Amino acid sequence: MNYSPTQLGSDSMHEVSTHPVAHQHTAPTGFIRKYVFSLDHKVIGKQYYGLALVSVFIGMVLSWLLRIHLAYPDYHIPFLSKLSAAGAPGGVMTPEYYLSLLTMHGTLMVFFVLTNAPFAAFGNYFLPIQIGAEDMAFPRFNMMSFWTTFAAFVVMMASFFVADGPPISGWTAYAPLSAVGRDAGPGLALGQDLWAISIAIFCIASLLGALNFIATTLDLRARGMSLMRMPYSTWAWFVTSVIALLAFAVLLPACVLLILDRVAGTSFFIPAGLVLSDRLQPHSGGSPLLWQHLFWFFGHPEVYIAILPSIGIVATILPVFTRRPLLGPKALIGSMVAIGFLSYMVWGHHMFVSGMNPFSANIFSIPTLIITIPATIMTLLLTASLYGAKMRFDTPALFCLGFISVFISGGISGFYLAQPSLDTYLHATYFVVAHFHFVMAVASLFGVFAGTYFWFPKMFGRMMSESLGRWHFWLTFLGVYCVFMPMHYLGLVGNVRRYSAFVDDYLAPLLPVHRFITIAALLTGAAQLIFLWNLIWSRFRGPVASENPWEATSLEWSTTSPPPFDNFGGKHPVVNHGPNELGVDGPDGTDFLMQTAAPKSS
Amino acid sequence: MNRKLLCLLPAAAVIFYAVKAGAGAPIPPPAGGAISGKVTYTGTPPKMKPIDMSKEPTCAKQHTTPVMTENVTTGPESSLQYVVVYISEGDSGGAAPAETVRYDQRGCQYLPHVLPMQAGQVLQIFNDDQTSHNIHPLAKVNPEWNKSQPAGSLPIDTKYDKPEFIPVKCNIHPWMHGYFVVLNTSHYAVTGPDGSFSLKGLPAGKYTVTAWQEQYGTQTQEVTIGATETKTANFTFKALPY
Amino acid sequence: MGKVFAVLVTLITLVSIAFFVMHTWWLPPNISTTGKAVDHQLEETLIGTGVLFLAGQLMLGCFAWMASGKAKDARAKRFPGGATSIVVAAIVVVGIEIFTLTFVGSKAWGAIYLTPAEPGSLRVDVQAEQFAFYFRYPGPDGQFGGLHPDKIDDGSGNYFGLDPANDVAARDDIVVGSLVVPVDRPIALSLHSKDVGHSFYVRELRMQVDFVPGLNIPLHFTATQAGKYEIVCTQLCGLGHYNMKAYLEVMSEPDYEQWLKTQAGQ
Repeated sequence: MNYSPTQLGSDSMHEVSTHPVAHQHTAPTGFIRKYVFSLDHKVIGKQYYGLALVSVFIGMVLSWLLRIHLAYPDYHIPFLSKLSAAGAPGGVMTPEYYLSLLTMHGTLMVFFVLTNAPFAAFGNYFLPIQIGAEDMAFPRFNMMSFWTTFAAFVVMMASFFVADGPPISGWTAYAPLSAVGRDAGPGLALGQDLWAISIAIFCIASLLGALNFIATTLDLRARGMSLMRMPYSTWAWFVTSVIALLAFAVLLPACVLLILDRVAGTSFFIPAGLVLSDRLQPHSGGSPLLWQHLFWFFGHPEVYIAILPSIGIVATILPVFTRRPLLGPKALIGSMVAIGFLSYMVWGHHMFVSGMNPFSANIFSIPTLIITIPATIMTLLLTASLYGAKMRFDTPALFCLGFISVFISGGISGFYLAQPSLDTYLHATYFVVAHFHFVMAVASLFGVFAGTYFWFPKMFGRMMSESLGRWHFWLTFLGVYCVFMPMHYLGLVGNVRRYSAFVDDYLAPLLPVHRFITIAALLTGAAQLIFLWNLIWSRFRGPVASENPWEATSLEWSTTSPPPFDNFGGKHPVVNHGPNELGVDGPDGTDFLMQTAAPKSS
Repeated sequence: MNRKLLCLLPAAAVIFYAVKAGAGAPIPPPAGGAISGKVTYTGTPPKMKPIDMSKEPTCAKQHTTPVMTENVTTGPESSLQYVVVYISEGDSGGAAPAETVRYDQRGCQYLPHVLPMQAGQVLQIFNDDQTSHNIHPLAKVNPEWNKSQPAGSLPIDTKYDKPEFIPVKCNIHPWMHGYFVVLNTSHYAVTGPDGSFSLKGLPAGKYTVTAWQEQYGTQTQEVTIGATETKTANFTFKALPY
Repeated sequence: MGKVFAVLVTLITLVSIAFFVMHTWWLPPNISTTGKAVDHQLEETLIGTGVLFLAGQLMLGCFAWMASGKAKDARAKRFPGGATSIVVAAIVVVGIEIFTLTFVGSKAWGAIYLTPAEPGSLRVDVQAEQFAFYFRYPGPDGQFGGLHPDKIDDGSGNYFGLDPANDVAARDDIVVGSLVVPVDRPIALSLHSKDVGHSFYVRELRMQVDFVPGLNIPLHFTATQAGKYEIVCTQLCGLGHYNMKAYLEVMSEPDYEQWLKTQAGQ
């Protein structure tokens, strides 16, 4: 049923539209339709955010347990034996339980946090609004995407409660360890099946979501919203969706093949002649390297799926607080597209020492190093945009600055790993752990924090506490460096990763460094409770927010806080400017022009 | 003889023995006979190999000379150690005894190498080492399981309800191998370094005695014994160098 | 706020760099003929990226410092050269760095992995399994026996699945739990896995390569210094992954011959 435009008629900011718009559904009634099975992209965005929030806290607690066990192996962790009597008798983790918690930590964080929060959550909420649409192109697909993701989450969490516990093969689930079944060790029976099923379901959800984002971006932009006038965050979500469409389309069949090897006796990934648990395995003809190729063909683009939206969010937010446009809008967008394109050429850099022909290492190394160029361009554009500005240092801005710093740190360590001659030493050490935590766990998450503090007023109509936000920022910024910078040094010593205990001769002297990291991790984790409290408290008690408290330019700030059901109250915005009109003469003595402001008189 | 005296004799005997028993006289041996013997080999047995425990220094340093593999452990005069000899037929079995049997993981070895027990008897598995072990009894008839025991953890209490020869391995230390031999009888023995065994306390009857060696399998003999008879049953396994 | 950020970022940067420069936690000395090139590559990369790291963070801190305080002038200065200078600088500087490092680095990589083993190298067959490494020498007959997975029996020490009853070449194969090699002699390893993926990592050799089930992967080296070094598994292989290691013992030639003789007699 069509939603008819209101009687206000048209003006330079709005119009009665003949332009294609998404008015496929009416305002919902009833609690279930409004808040549970909602077709409204804003509700779905919040649902994704909520799921990501739950996942990140579980993932964080898991990391605490891992770090405590590493630094204090004899310590009896209270309540852990209640979570798993077999996994942690008396509160001391068994080696297999450590690995299963590690697997779940990585899986939850990469899939349910870093794909959900910056991309699915904020993208769902703000992509349609930023392009001036009433909703996504396919609201029903959108609802299905979320609930399918939720189903994947439930299946994943179920692995905690089966007899053998979650799988122990890491979030990368290399075959044949993950493929032969229970003979390979504890946790590799039902837990691994549930993992593979959950990820397959997650792939389906992500594919639906990606399709939706692409169709919406291409077809539902308001009048005047050319592609080059889209905010950087929208560009980032769009490029990420294209990446996601191709990447998840490869992971899904990979998981299906894995499940078949496990339950149907196929041998996609298992060669002949393997003996596990003193039993000759009844498989032959498969290739473990095939799993690695399929997985990393997804896995590398996946990490760009995790970081690009945050880059877009930071690029959108930073100018609002420097009160001037970002330097080089075309270069930034071009870099995002270049990264998206190059991300498909580098997967073999996870496999330099995998036993693949060593010559291929040279081949994969080149695009891996080349991808540094657009990443450097973006970092420099963000940094140079600060030059000569006078900044407003509200919390969103602080997290943008923090993002740039940690992205530099994470990017630099990538430079080492991109070179096969160095990777031969650094592969599978804590150097790698430092690298991906800096770029994913920290940089990407800083983008999410910046987005949260920035968009919370729009989503909930209330401001978050600025002082709590500052505490959160300073403690987190210092804390993450204390946690992850020392891991580079551990990597240089050759400290191997995914070890549940450090018993080797050369590892035992490193325990004091691990203790420092553990304590820093616990303190930094505790600082996140400030954020959680801020979210909850501000939701109900925060000061009421105006329509545009930050004086930003993009379309979400031209509607109410929170927006009405169809985003613009029956009006369809007409766009006359890009998002970069900051530091210009605006109406009423302001220094900016919103995208819907009247065109500049020539 | 005086008839009165004749009637007194049995009474006197009873009183005599009752007093003797009550006075703490030595308890007479268990009723019944015994089957004993020796287990030996013919031919050339394989050379046992030294076990390299260098990957686990906390265990390696406990052994001044390397520990040897134990799949065919021989002794003087061609004797075979670690052979389980037991009554496979003729013995009703009975309920599992209340005592527990104990298995130790010490110096990264399973002690004893072969542990016989009765079906339903409680087995306690201890980790006496400074390293984690993950014991994995590869049962086919009984449920198969494996369990980690970090250093200093409590013993595992378990039992097996069905008779079976269960190979035991450690999932962390590949050289650790042993056997649980779950039997339906309480009459069993494991040969020592001299290859000898003795099954005592057997009521008179016809029995099948089985000897099991982990590499060479089983051999049986039928033995009939009287109430207090001891009979010999020797077993000889054919050994090959490989 | 901007000033605080600038100070904090600068401090973090300087402290981080200090630990790199001081080699507080560092690689062990190299003992491989091909390791020097790797170390050289690492030094070059440290210097190159160290400069970029310092420059990037200091620039960020500097601009954040300058951006704090009240706006005095409505006209804001723009970064000299604008976006164009940045794009050009990124392409040129990073591009040069990429080319140099790739060119030099590919030589270091090629020396280890793309050159064949020297003829006459001492051959050792390496098997990785859950959770130990075992090493097989051909023995006095100079031949390796065939491998039969169905004959594998860890309990009797037959880790490789040899069949000495039927395979004469297998009878004198020497199977041990440590990799013992003579110093200054080329060693050619052949890596295979019994069960799942593992990896062979010796820090002092600057070498790491995975064991892939189903494949025999070659790796060769020459050790230049006697000593005892750890070979650790770096590919997650199950619950005992943390406890999977063996020792590489590099000995003088006479000591090695003595060791070999003792093993052959076992």
